[in-house]
Amino acid sequence: MTIVANKPEPIVYELGAPGRVGAVLPECDVPLTPLPAHLTREELPLPQVAEVDVVRHFTRLSQKNYCVDLGIYPLGSCTMKYNPKINEEAAKLDGFTALHPYQDPADAPGALQLMYELQEMLGEICGLPGVTLQPAAGAQGELTGILILHAYHRSRGETQRHKVLVPDSAHGTNPASSAMSGYQVVQVKSDARGNVDLDELRRLADHETVGLMLTNPNTLGLFEEHIREVCQIIHDVGGLVYGDGANLNALVGIARPGDLGIDVLHSNLHKTFAVPHGGGGPGAGAVLVRRDLAQFLPAPVVVKKGKQYAFATPKKSIGRVKSFYGNFLALVRAYVYLRLLGKEHLARVAEDAVINANYLLARLRNTYHAPFGDRRCKHEFVLTGTPFVEKYGVHTLDIAKRIQDYGFHPPTIYFPLTVPECLMIEPTETQSKESLDEFADALLAIAQEAAANPQILKDAPHTAPVTRLDDVKAAREPVLGYHS
Amino acid sequence: MSDKPITYSPDCKYTETHEWARQEGDLIVVGISDYAQNQLGDIVFVEMPPIGDTVQAGKAFSVIESVKAASDIYAPVSGTVAATNADVVNDPALVNQDAFGAGWLVKIRPSQPGEMDKLLDATAYQQKVEAGELK
Repeated sequence: MTIVANKPEPIVYELGAPGRVGAVLPECDVPLTPLPAHLTREELPLPQVAEVDVVRHFTRLSQKNYCVDLGIYPLGSCTMKYNPKINEEAAKLDGFTALHPYQDPADAPGALQLMYELQEMLGEICGLPGVTLQPAAGAQGELTGILILHAYHRSRGETQRHKVLVPDSAHGTNPASSAMSGYQVVQVKSDARGNVDLDELRRLADHETVGLMLTNPNTLGLFEEHIREVCQIIHDVGGLVYGDGANLNALVGIARPGDLGIDVLHSNLHKTFAVPHGGGGPGAGAVLVRRDLAQFLPAPVVVKKGKQYAFATPKKSIGRVKSFYGNFLALVRAYVYLRLLGKEHLARVAEDAVINANYLLARLRNTYHAPFGDRRCKHEFVLTGTPFVEKYGVHTLDIAKRIQDYGFHPPTIYFPLTVPECLMIEPTETQSKESLDEFADALLAIAQEAAANPQILKDAPHTAPVTRLDDVKAAREPVLGYHS
Repeated sequence: MSDKPITYSPDCKYTETHEWARQEGDLIVVGISDYAQNQLGDIVFVEMPPIGDTVQAGKAFSVIESVKAASDIYAPVSGTVAATNADVVNDPALVNQDAFGAGWLVKIRPSQPGEMDKLLDATAYQQKVEAGELK
C-alpha cells in the first residue's frame, strides 16, 4: 500500500479543469452535416480530464480495492478463487475478441468448437448431458432451470403443479427464482444435523409440487447426507430436482450431481471454473439437464455433425434467455481452465477446497462456536458469533469490520439466516497453508481483542480508506445519483 | 441490533412466524414481535398491502426489509386490510423502537371469528422463542 491509497479520492467529475482533454482530434476532412437542432444541446457534463488524470484516478481507486490477487477472499458461497492469468491471455486472442455475433457461424468454427467442447466437458463433470451456455450468471441459470421444469410439466399436461419446495439452507436466489416464475415457494426446514428434514419433505411433496430447489452442499457447507432419498421423495410425486450448482467447487471430479438424482443444475462458471467475478467481469451460468430434458433447453445450442459444428434449436426449446450466445469470453476462460486441469487433476480442486475449509474450521472451532462443528464440512463452513454478543456485546458485523484492519476481506456474514450472528467462510483451494494460517491467526487475535477491548471492534475498521459506513442510513435514504 | 432485553407484550397474541395480533374494537392490529425486530436488525423498508386487500391467516401479505434480510409478514388472522401505518413506511425505525406500539403495521377486519384463539399467548410464545423452537 502506498500513502495515496488512504486519501479520499474525488470522483472523476471533480477532477480536471474546463476544456482539458485527453486527445486532440484532427480537422474533419469530410463535409459536416449538422445534427437536427432538437438532438443537440449546449451543455454536456462529461469529465474534462487528461489521460494522466484518468490513469492516476483509477490507479488510486485500484489501490483502495481488495482483490483475489492480493490475498484470501473468504466470501462463503461465492468461491472467490484465484483465477489463473493464462485464462485472460486466451480471452484476449484476436480470434475471440474480433468475433461479431452477427457474422456467419460458419466463419467461426473455432468458437463453436470451444462452446461444444465446453458443453461436453461440463455435461461429463456434472453427469447431465444436456447443456446450455447462454445464461449470464447463476440467478439467470435458476430462472432458466425453472422455465425448463415448467415446460416439462406442461408437456405432460400436469398444469396443476404450482409449488416449488426450497430448503431453508438454500441460496436466497432459489426462492426468488421460483417466485419470479410465478410459482408458490414452500420452505422446507432443516433437521438438527443441517440436512433437509425428510419427514417435513414427505409431508410437503405432492402432486402439486413442481420440484425441489436444492443447494448441495448447502449454505451451511454440509453435504446432504440423504441426497438420494431426498431426490426419490420428489421423483415419487412426479416432481423434478433442481440443483443449485453454486457450491459445485466441493464436488468437481468427485461426485456428479446427475448421479445423485439431480435433474437440472446450473453451474456458475465464474465460481467453480475460475472466471473472474465480483466486479471482475460478467459471469456465466451454464444450465445442465438430464438427457430427456435437453429438448427444452434454450436455443441455440451447439451441435456436432460429422466434423462440423453448428447452432441448433432443441425440439421444444423454451426460447432464448439471453441475446446471442451468452457471455462468450467468460466461456473461453472456463474452457482454458478446464483444459489446463484436465480430468486427471480436476478432483484436486474439490479435494483441496474441502481440506482447506476443514483446516480453517479445525483452527477456529474452539474459539468461535461452530453450530455443525461435529460434522466434516465441505468447501465452506459456518460459525456463529453469538457467544461474543452475550459476553462482550460484540456482533458479527464488528468482527467482520475488524478483519479488514488485518488486511483481509471479511467472510459472508448474517447468511444463512438460519444461523444467528453467522460467519460463512469459504477459503477455496487456491490458498496456501501460510495464507490460511494468517487468516486464522487474525480471527483468533480478534477474539482476544473482543474480550480485552471490545470497543476496538465496534469502531473498526481503523485502517481502511473509509471507516464504518452507515449502512442503515444508506438503505433508508439512498442517494443514487451524483449532483455537483 | 440492540442489546436491550426482549419484551413480550402480554396483551398480544403471537404467531410462530413472529407476528403479534391485538384486538382493538372490531379490528385486529398486527405487527412484528420485539424478538423479530431484534433478530432482523435495523429495518429499512416496509411494504404495505393496499387497504381493502383480502388476507388469509398464515399467508404472506407484506414484506419487511432490514440491512440483513428481507422477510415475509404473515397474516395472523384472515380478513380485509382496514388500515396501514403510514408512519412506519416513512420511518421504518419505528418498528425497531416500539414494535408493539408506534411500530404497528396493519389493522385487519377479521372474517373468521375464533382465529385469534388459535394463536399463542405471550407466555407460550416466549417459551418457544427461548427454547429455540422458532426460527
